[in-house]
Amino acid sequence: MTSDTTHLAPLFARMTGDEKHEWAAASTLDVLWVLYDRVLDVAPDRVDDPDRDRFLLSKGHGPMAFYAVLADKGFIDPSILDTWTDFGSILGQHPDRTLVPGVEIGSGSLGHGLPIAVGQAFGLRARNRAARVFVLIGDGELDEGSNHEAIAVAGRHGLDRLTTIVIDNHSANHGWPGGIAERFAVENWATATVDGRDHDALHAALTADHPGRPLVVVADVQKG
Amino acid sequence: MTTVDQHTMREAFAVHLNDALDQDPRVALVLAAISRDLFDRALRDYPDRVVNVGIREQAMVGVAGGLALTGFRPVVHTYGPFLVERPYEQIKLDLGHQDVGAVLVSVGASYDNPAMGRTHQAPADVALFDTLPGWTVHVPGHPDEVGPLLAGAIAGEGRVYLRLSTRSNARPRPVTGEFVPVRHGSLGTVLAVGPTLDNVLAATEGVDVSVLYTPTIRPFDSAGLRAAVDSTAPNVLVVEPYLQGTSAAQVAEALADVPHRQRSIGVRRDLEVHAYGTPGQHDEIHGLDAAGIAKTLREFLAW
Repeated sequence: MTSDTTHLAPLFARMTGDEKHEWAAASTLDVLWVLYDRVLDVAPDRVDDPDRDRFLLSKGHGPMAFYAVLADKGFIDPSILDTWTDFGSILGQHPDRTLVPGVEIGSGSLGHGLPIAVGQAFGLRARNRAARVFVLIGDGELDEGSNHEAIAVAGRHGLDRLTTIVIDNHSANHGWPGGIAERFAVENWATATVDGRDHDALHAALTADHPGRPLVVVADVQKG
Repeated sequence: MTTVDQHTMREAFAVHLNDALDQDPRVALVLAAISRDLFDRALRDYPDRVVNVGIREQAMVGVAGGLALTGFRPVVHTYGPFLVERPYEQIKLDLGHQDVGAVLVSVGASYDNPAMGRTHQAPADVALFDTLPGWTVHVPGHPDEVGPLLAGAIAGEGRVYLRLSTRSNARPRPVTGEFVPVRHGSLGTVLAVGPTLDNVLAATEGVDVSVLYTPTIRPFDSAGLRAAVDSTAPNVLVVEPYLQGTSAAQVAEALADVPHRQRSIGVRRDLEVHAYGTPGQHDEIHGLDAAGIAKTLREFLAW
């Protein structure tokens, strides 16, 4: 367990060729690292285990930080990063679950991950499994109406195996007056809003108990 | 057994699906308000695999995708336009792109209830599934054909569309997945899909043509069509209760090495009717009534 993500920089650079610090600016980097390093019950040798936790990257655009974390944690060989976006590579600018071990959904088009995660939370509860579902979306992505359908369905059904992480880098064209968490709170979600770069705060929020209701963690990430 | 009359396809669907939900814990159902009264008990008994999401069709298909990803066989059901057209991208991505299966079951068909107007008509549904790989499409022609089609769909792993209608032939036909010969003739072959059969039989009464019937249009039984055409003049008329010409490409492909002629009858593509009334009145406008089919056939065969 480490709060340092600098070891991911060389992995990131294999895709971007970036020698500077573009990797550190990726809005998802810290949340992804905390999830895979400290929260998720997943492992490269258990990608088909029905009791594994599910992580769904709904905000699939710009998945370099995701691939870097998967490589660091042994889901994919780091050499594969050199091939990304090539024809025949398993890695593209939007992830494809049929190609990459450990990737739970193909994503890219916005607003699909949360409804799928709701279905998984129903399915895991129907099977009486303790596994949890974490889905990561963006504040711009939250514009998509499909999310609001899913937020209502999950809240009204008390899907306590479900956690949504909203990376709020303030990119939604029309903002979210009253705050993002409030959109979930009115639908009976437990909520937390934390500094999206603060690993301990993220960890505490992502592992807080939320019996009988789903949880949203709004991770505030300032641009630049 | 659930005690519901099976006079309609929708009732037959409810009876058979309630039984499947009781017998197979792998079966799931996602509703969007429509038909929830037919599944009251299952909604109570299986609250996590029989889910009514309310009037939220994007979530309906996404939830089905998530259920499939956790090992369930989801059935998804609502009115055709809200099942196929409104969440088309969810069908493409949350099922197809994730490479998971589901059974989508619609009611309403092309114009089962014209009094409700254009918003409840989905003549383009089968054509839309043709834009996505791997879909099986069933178009039953009688309520008794629904049970075996649904059972086969649930038993599989793939992506299946089951198109229910209040239109029905007088009696059921065998459900085989293949085109079933109904009449033998020599001037040409008429393929009747689902509930169009009775009108086709009326239109071809005394006409020297072969008639094929199918309640399964995808996959397209190319071998069955080819076998029929081998024993008639190479004239093929396809009568489909949805968008005209939906299967024209499949006919052309099946007969690619045979000089042949083909025509299609179905819901017209060149106009929106903007009329209420009865299904029979709409059949007339689209040439799907017996007189319309006979007229097209006469022109086509010039007999």
